[in-house]
Amino acid sequence: MSRFKKKGKKGVGSINTASLPDIVFMLLFFFMTTTVMKEVDLKVAMHLPDATEAKKLEKKDLVSFIYIGKPLSQFQKLYGTEPKIQLNDQFKEVRDIQDFIAQERDAMNEADQAKMSVSLKIDENTKMGVVNDVKQALRRAQALKINYSSVKVDKMK
Amino acid sequence: MAKRELQPINTGSMADIAFLLLIFFLVTTTMDVDTGLMRRLPPIPDKDQEESDDKIKERNVFVVNINKFNDLLVENESLHLLSLRDRAKEFIANPEDRDDLPEKDWKEIPYFGRVYVPKNPIISLKNDRGTSYGIYLRVQNELLAAKNELRDELAVQTFSKKYNDLEEDERDAIKKYYTAVLSEAEPKNIGGGK
Repeated sequence: MSRFKKKGKKGVGSINTASLPDIVFMLLFFFMTTTVMKEVDLKVAMHLPDATEAKKLEKKDLVSFIYIGKPLSQFQKLYGTEPKIQLNDQFKEVRDIQDFIAQERDAMNEADQAKMSVSLKIDENTKMGVVNDVKQALRRAQALKINYSSVKVDKMK
Repeated sequence: MAKRELQPINTGSMADIAFLLLIFFLVTTTMDVDTGLMRRLPPIPDKDQEESDDKIKERNVFVVNINKFNDLLVENESLHLLSLRDRAKEFIANPEDRDDLPEKDWKEIPYFGRVYVPKNPIISLKNDRGTSYGIYLRVQNELLAAKNELRDELAVQTFSKKYNDLEEDERDAIKKYYTAVLSEAEPKNIGGGK
């Protein structure tokens, strides 16, 4: 009988939290490595079109982005409301694309240059005239692998 | 003064600091992956090889036009966007061997043996400068979907697996089965407007 009594008296020991920092650090490192800081500030408003056949964009460091859309409201005084092209952090014209591609290509090492692709992030209300001009410029710049950025959906509305 | 023993550093707050950092990264992380339609632009054609595409027979080409009001004209009749996928599938596969759809020919393909498949159907997409990009991409998506659906159906039929789960060589075989190419016409500025 006495044996049982002894057992009952023992309180529940507090949980050992010594390994808590380790767990938290593990999570921390996970998020630190997966975080991609936004590189550019968008200056154009974009609503990307939907697509069912969209595929994931692999190897982001080999991808250059071209943004096309209406300038955000704070830029409209200067640039108007017609769709504009944004390369890196600036509004640019179609004729600047070739230089931009050359620049991006130079920044890569030689082995990767062939795998370079360009992602076009274009607002769905943009007229094809601008898009055609951009595509022609890309062809002239020999950047033939392109990606029409779109939102992956399972079914079209 | 008595010599004091060196006290171990209190690590009790380490978890708090780590949590703080963790929460910072949690908040700043954007997990969104970029998705999109992969396409290849044709290289700029040489001047001396321009007129070669006139020889392609009309039945082998599936012409999709989009005008500036975002209406579709497919093979000279207007068509709703929703029926485009089925029309495109019919064109790519030509299951009934109709003579207004692409020519078929016997072809040796690994895994399939000798099969009677369309020779080289071409889907030609033309658009106006006034077409909206949203519609243009919808059409591209439908055409791609038609091709992908056919490939998927064939993959399930022969390998009982989806196209994306196939091995490299099986995939190549299916690619040879349906060879349809999506080509875009050289842009022409007819109206002269923006």
